[in-house]
Amino acid sequence: MDAFERLTLEEIAEAVPDGALLGVPADYSGVPMAATRALIARGARDLRLYCLPYTTLQGDMLIGAGCVASVEAAAVTLGEHGLAPRFTAGVESGALEMRDSTCPALHAQLQATEKGVPFMPQRGIIGSDIAAHRPDWQVIDSPFGNAPDPVLLVPAVKLDVTLFHAPYADRDGNVFIGRRRELATLVHAASKVLVTVEKIVDESLYATEASAACALPAFYVDGIAVAEDGAWPCGLTDLYPPDAEAIRAYAAAAKTQAGFKAYLAEFGLAPRPTPASQTA
Amino acid sequence: MNHTPEELLIVTLADMLHGDRHVAVGAASPIPCAAALLAKSESPRRMHVSILHSLSHNPFAEGARELFDAAAQGRIDTFFLGGVQIDGSANINLVGLGDYPNLRKRFPGSFGSALMYFAVPRVILFREEHSKRTLVERVDFISAPGTSPPEVWRRGGPKALLTGRAVFSFDAERARFRLESVHGGDTPETVAEATGFAFDQAAEVGETPAPAAERLKRLRRDIAPRIAEFYPQFAARVWGLAA
Repeated sequence: MDAFERLTLEEIAEAVPDGALLGVPADYSGVPMAATRALIARGARDLRLYCLPYTTLQGDMLIGAGCVASVEAAAVTLGEHGLAPRFTAGVESGALEMRDSTCPALHAQLQATEKGVPFMPQRGIIGSDIAAHRPDWQVIDSPFGNAPDPVLLVPAVKLDVTLFHAPYADRDGNVFIGRRRELATLVHAASKVLVTVEKIVDESLYATEASAACALPAFYVDGIAVAEDGAWPCGLTDLYPPDAEAIRAYAAAAKTQAGFKAYLAEFGLAPRPTPASQTA
Repeated sequence: MNHTPEELLIVTLADMLHGDRHVAVGAASPIPCAAALLAKSESPRRMHVSILHSLSHNPFAEGARELFDAAAQGRIDTFFLGGVQIDGSANINLVGLGDYPNLRKRFPGSFGSALMYFAVPRVILFREEHSKRTLVERVDFISAPGTSPPEVWRRGGPKALLTGRAVFSFDAERARFRLESVHGGDTPETVAEATGFAFDQAAEVGETPAPAAERLKRLRRDIAPRIAEFYPQFAARVWGLAA
């Protein structure tokens, strides 16, 4: 018997319930693209994406496929390949709810959950329209010090599920995350943690201090699926770079919903029929 | 020695970085990245350049939040920000055009600007396109405000604005830009015509100094090949370097 819960991609997709607040990693920390296609295949709906701190292809595809009710992020973009086409169409048509945030606040709201405290104070942001449109955030006068010192408070956010892709796990279910410690934050703040990996290795991550420093301990992890090239067409540090040609092809195709639909069809997938996925 | 428009922007930005201990450069910023590496190569004292776009030049090992924590601790002297719109009070908009949340044109989002603009002592605004479309009287959405009331904690903020046509400084007390120099081919009048906000003018608005031949040589010989590692398309376009 495996020391960890070994899942298939389909089982990972089943384990992300409709309506879940889903932790989404940035493009440098292991984008679970194979699992994202599995989510689209199962027709996931009303997902609320909480991005740490932004999303690229993963968020745009989920939006286009009609799987998403809302997005909280510091940005949604295809980076050097331009604007995220299904995201921008969704916002411009009014079909997609966007909760605009900023990187440090997205980190801080999960860090509050990591520490088990109800909120975190955060510098800056006061006077921005980001804060003006966030009724869930509050400004108080700092109780410390004598001079007036307004400071922003952001509430703790508990994620329903965090899902990411990593280079490998060991036989005990410890997962290599390297220096991508924001993945640990996403994990600590989530009720359920699902991981896809390129492979399972024999040597324990705790064999040396050097590899132990790169480990996410198994006790956080609810299930692991092996998915080779599981971040493709996004990259995975040290293993494969982003597939620029494939992302360019996506960016071109997804400019229209019809093009996006044709793109999905190449993977044997289809969007759910929703107002957002009907946007031209 | 002839220079490209990009090379003028690189040396102008590099001049703004002298004396810094730590410059951080965000994603998708080849010109600030080249400027930071050039300034480091010319700095008489130790200077750290953190390039978030690169694995080998990104020193942060505690996760993506470490950049923001380091900025909040005052460990980053200069950072670069841009904007879909920048207004005459140095408010920046990275979110979109129209009446938020009913935007007619959506852009990616604010990223970390809403903290960096407050926490980093010297923020240099950089936007190549200098037009009434980008430099507006009032931004449609404030991703990060250019100034704050006195009781709000703020270590830094905008110090300068560099565009494809001119260099401005920023006076936080007046909440206004001041035109310092114009690039070759422009005049204060043509710059004013292309700018959507009112601004002050230095007593003498000169021409932005062209890069010295020796410096240009060093930029092309020492810095350009390193930029090609992170920004192959940019290096190919500006310097004809193969990736």
